[in-house]
Amino acid sequence: MGLSIAGRESSTTIAGGAWQMWVQGEKVAALLIAIFAVIAPALQIGFLLAVLLAVRRPPAPRWAGTLLRWMEIAGSWSMVEVMLLGILVSLVKIAALARVIPGVGIFAAGGLILLLAAMSSGFDSREAWSRIRWVNGEWPQRVLPAEGKSAAEAGR
Amino acid sequence: MTAVARTGMREGFVSCDACGLLSRPAGAEEPGECPRCGEELEFRRRDAIQRTWALVAAAAICYLPANILPVMRTTTLTSEAPDTIISGVVYLYMSGSWYLALILLIASVMIPLAKLAALVFLLVTVQRGSDRNNRERARLYRVLEIIGRWSMVDVFVATFVVALIQLRPLMSVAPEPGVLFFSAVVILTIFAAESFDPRLIWDSSQGKQERDD
Repeated sequence: MGLSIAGRESSTTIAGGAWQMWVQGEKVAALLIAIFAVIAPALQIGFLLAVLLAVRRPPAPRWAGTLLRWMEIAGSWSMVEVMLLGILVSLVKIAALARVIPGVGIFAAGGLILLLAAMSSGFDSREAWSRIRWVNGEWPQRVLPAEGKSAAEAGR
Repeated sequence: MTAVARTGMREGFVSCDACGLLSRPAGAEEPGECPRCGEELEFRRRDAIQRTWALVAAAAICYLPANILPVMRTTTLTSEAPDTIISGVVYLYMSGSWYLALILLIASVMIPLAKLAALVFLLVTVQRGSDRNNRERARLYRVLEIIGRWSMVDVFVATFVVALIQLRPLMSVAPEPGVLFFSAVVILTIFAAESFDPRLIWDSSQGKQERDD
């Protein structure tokens, strides 16, 4: 997005925001911004993609489980939707002083939020786990509850 | 409650915190590892109450500087003005966008406070072994987990105002240490909610003596 005050212009990106915080001395805050807004969502998408590719042909190897776990951790720290609200508020604040020109990035961020929400609601981690080989090397198939045994017992 | 509640722990099952698999633990003292994902199994998160208390205390301590110290400083040709979280809310209200002011007030001031209060309430009731309003307390915990992240919004606001308004010498905005304390509050409360074990809420209805911690 861009901004112009009295003939001077400035524009920034999300990473640029984190970078500016770093330059201005708030390094911890800059790192947090970078993690929450850029790194965590990227890892979340990347890991999920890898997991989905791996579980296409079950049983998937062990590392798929590890990635699935990391994906959940990354997802819990990805805050794109919070960031977009923050951007909107800051734009309203600035709008009193200058003309604000939203760039392509802000629409992309909006799209990303919708897609992330759709992505995580469409994904069923239980289904993925059931396609991944267990640590002990076995891969028990699902057991019907009528047989009176849980899948866990069958694996023991 | 008169009937003894049936819990997984009582029936000799333990569910994995990582992958959700329900399995028979290796032993009552040392539950061992999850057969599916290899994560260490725990009947209840270890030292959940102590850890949560510690994180809540740390967050409460950071809450004061987070609201007293300025989060950013605006420098123009003629003046220099610090901005705290509250003054940002007031500024938005004065400039006519009361709905945004309300969002920020809720997200940055009320949610952290409510979160701390709710965690203290959950900790105290669990430690007392209360078995009243279990369902409501479990629901309260779920809400806590969801809303915590929204408090970060003010940190993002500060970041983008700082990043966009760099028009020296006309006007520039610099971040101040308040940002650091404020994000510390948010992160500490997220960790505090994570370290608490909602299963403890239900343990009291089956007798205090059976709780591990």
